[in-house]
Amino acid sequence: MAEYNQELDATGLNCPLPILKAKKTLASMSSGEVLYVTATDPGSVKDFESFSQQTGHELLEQKEEDGKYHFRLKCAG
Amino acid sequence: MTEQSNSAAQGQSTSTVQQPAQGAQGGPAPQEGPKKLAIIASKGSLDWAYPPFILASTAASLDYEVEIFFTFYGLQLLDRDLDLQVSSLGNPGMPMPMPMPVMGQALPGMQAMMTKMMKRKMSAKGVVDLAELRQTCVDIGVKLVACQMTLDLFDMDSSRFIDGVELGGAATFFGFAEDANISLFI
Repeated sequence: MAEYNQELDATGLNCPLPILKAKKTLASMSSGEVLYVTATDPGSVKDFESFSQQTGHELLEQKEEDGKYHFRLKCAG
Repeated sequence: MTEQSNSAAQGQSTSTVQQPAQGAQGGPAPQEGPKKLAIIASKGSLDWAYPPFILASTAASLDYEVEIFFTFYGLQLLDRDLDLQVSSLGNPGMPMPMPMPVMGQALPGMQAMMTKMMKRKMSAKGVVDLAELRQTCVDIGVKLVACQMTLDLFDMDSSRFIDGVELGGAATFFGFAEDANISLFI
């Protein structure tokens, strides 16, 4: 994964925790900063897409690797 | 989340509201301020305690303003000390480890056993603890309203509830739900 400012390990957590924790972390970040999230919940793929659309935090990248889901979100401020 | 960060989240939503909400076609006219979710929570079992809090916390994370109105058995979800149970009785959809006749499910101790099994399963699968999820809702700014009429009906005292619960009636709910984007009865 490319560069990021903060990291969130949401592995082992189920809906809705990855989203809740991502939101909480993003709230403490500044506009333009990047949050890198790792999750194992397969539902998180669609959830983060939807989260991004609704909150304006841009989903820069998402991929599946080693059975984990990786996301990079750009904080909208 | 702190009050501060929550208000920051609220402020942020004003800028995103201009984007038409997904699936809002045919819904209420675009409104000023944050989107709103109104939930009525009417059930008091362990399994049914999850949907209101999961949806409320998620919606709040999506910058919704959220209010849950707890009525009838839903009031149990507000207790300081949660002691919620689950039962397979009257719930043929509940997956059972082995087939069991309804008469067997009604035996003393079965409900406690079901509850224990359900809690163990939830914990093993990484499902969030209910008290923790509820606290997240409070921290993130979800408003919790307890039905005054039900309190009176069951001779309950609001001192049994967690802090921050307001009391109100049906009119209180409508005051909030009137311009809510989404209203759910659970």
